Amino acid sequence: MGAVGPVRATQTVRNNAVTLELDSGLALSALRYMILTREVEDRIEKKLYRQGKIVGGVYVGRGQEAIAVGAGLAAEPDDILFPCHRDLGLYFMRGVLPRQVFAQYMGRVGGLTRGKDGNMHMGDLNLKIVAIISAIGAAIPVAAGAALSLKYKGLPHATFVFFGDGATSRGDWHEGVNMAAVLKLPLVLICNNNMYAYSTPLEKQMACQNVADRGPAYGIPSEIVDGNDVFAVCQAVRRAREHACSGQGPYLIECKTFRMTGHAAHDAGLYVPKHLWEEWAKKDPIERLERLMRTRGWADQAEIDQVYKDVRNEVDEAIDWAEHSPYPDPAELLDNVYGPEG
Amino acid sequence: MQTTYLEAIRQGIWEEMERDPNVFLLGQDIGVFGGAFKITAGMLEEFGERRVIDTPLAESGIVGAAIGASMFGLRAVAEMQFSDFISCAFDQVVNFAAKCRYRWGAAIPMVIRAPSGGGNRGGPFHSQNPEAWFVHVPGLKVLTPATAYDAKGLIKSAIRDNDPVIFLEHKGLYRRIKEDLPEEEYTVPIGRARVFRSGEHLSIITYGAMVYVANDAANQLAKEGISVEIVDLRTVLPIDEETILASVRKTSKAILLHEDVLTGGLGGEIAARIAERAFEYLDGPLLRIAAPDTPIPFSPPLEDAFLPKVSGVVEKARWLCRY
Repeated sequence: MGAVGPVRATQTVRNNAVTLELDSGLALSALRYMILTREVEDRIEKKLYRQGKIVGGVYVGRGQEAIAVGAGLAAEPDDILFPCHRDLGLYFMRGVLPRQVFAQYMGRVGGLTRGKDGNMHMGDLNLKIVAIISAIGAAIPVAAGAALSLKYKGLPHATFVFFGDGATSRGDWHEGVNMAAVLKLPLVLICNNNMYAYSTPLEKQMACQNVADRGPAYGIPSEIVDGNDVFAVCQAVRRAREHACSGQGPYLIECKTFRMTGHAAHDAGLYVPKHLWEEWAKKDPIERLERLMRTRGWADQAEIDQVYKDVRNEVDEAIDWAEHSPYPDPAELLDNVYGPEG
Repeated sequence: MQTTYLEAIRQGIWEEMERDPNVFLLGQDIGVFGGAFKITAGMLEEFGERRVIDTPLAESGIVGAAIGASMFGLRAVAEMQFSDFISCAFDQVVNFAAKCRYRWGAAIPMVIRAPSGGGNRGGPFHSQNPEAWFVHVPGLKVLTPATAYDAKGLIKSAIRDNDPVIFLEHKGLYRRIKEDLPEEEYTVPIGRARVFRSGEHLSIITYGAMVYVANDAANQLAKEGISVEIVDLRTVLPIDEETILASVRKTSKAILLHEDVLTGGLGGEIAARIAERAFEYLDGPLLRIAAPDTPIPFSPPLEDAFLPKVSGVVEKARWLCRY
């Protein structure tokens, strides 16, 4: 009961008290989803886009895969997810198939929106995944409303909303966070601070040091986590979820990471200093997990290689399926503007 | 007992709150204070804090939260304190709510109530008529009731509807308009205009508070032997083209009247539809009467000059009849 806090300053929590049962099964699952995410996005961005098979823009989460997958591991099946455009892993973890993602990017009926929208603008209410609109910050008040529905019905679930550093400059980000804080809604706010919003670097985006610094202003706890460490993300999100579901209101997690690509496939990111690419390449979240797995004896190289091989086969088949998925019939143009009753 | 337009809306919301436990209200000052116009007075006491939610001052936050809750099984009725402030939530309304069903099949059964309209000396930020902004957005429905009967019946239909609805309540009608309402429950269908007054010589197509300006003009014109038919649109999106066309085919002359400003207003859209589908029935030009293309001014002589008046309608109607 009572207010959250006084939150004195941003806490950089390295809380080992909330322990995660780290084992080979969990690690293998995380590794598989991260590799699948990267392989699907690599094919889209580096092959299919260049072959002219993709319709419209391509936005990938290369280097950021640990955030979606770490949060996905912490989510319970009935939690509501609002992924942003660099969180593809969440879709796979909820059961979306790679072939649906390829078809979505190709504007085919096999995509989640049947060609009504493109790329990462996709959702499925049955899976409790909400589709973004292009203005990412707009998702925060809507996610607050989804969290309100959970509280209203007395359900023990949380809503997770994902966004980048750029979205935190938007007015409705602030309106949504404030609303969720005042109404004590079960909302977990997960920022991928990848240091760039399109070409705008962090120091031109905000005058505070960290996105997490914004939390105390709303009377909610916030923490900074290494966004390239899948288990650190998972543990932080579990803490946040526990807080949110206990009726204490929202919780802000800032995942420090780096966008190992331009804003979109058309953008080579020439405005990014070279040393940043080099520095962050060494912190690659997938290689890091592989090292951990070998060190702990959870998997040997042959087993890891097998994951890659299986993923590539799955992706080959998925692309083939998507290319055979038809384009929508123009007759569908007028469908579903309104519900069937008018 | 006669029921005011304001009380009719209140009754409609109240009945739907009783009928469906998933209907809830959110907005600024709607709970403890009962709303700036007292539409929600007594609801907090009856339905509790869970269902009548006082929110921070944040239109984008309110509409966004209404969208998210409505996506997951609730039916949100959000209040904009004045319809003028809905521009603060524009992205949520036009890009989020309106497009969810089309893009990925997510229904948003939400109502945004927005007190609109001038005549109350509210000035540029408490008097506007924002319907034209939203009539241009496929996926929304926009309602503009003129009578207490329709206000109650339409708010009930709006709450039960499975698409996002903008419900524009004209502030000038809140306490001025009253009538006997049926004892039994009723709803009014969305998307249907009605003939407010039957006539022979010309049609005035209008909605909201202008229905009464048209009616006063029709009373004057009747003394001169001019019989006016008034079509009250009630819903401005989707537009009930058939009722409009039927009236124009009968009278062969039409005035399009609205309180909203002229350029880009609904009058132009309706004129185009009549021209496209009933041109051969017309015996005179289609005339628009609307507010001039200015912000809504504050001082009484200025606002009076801004709002379309009975005398202006009478004058144009006479001219059209002679044509």
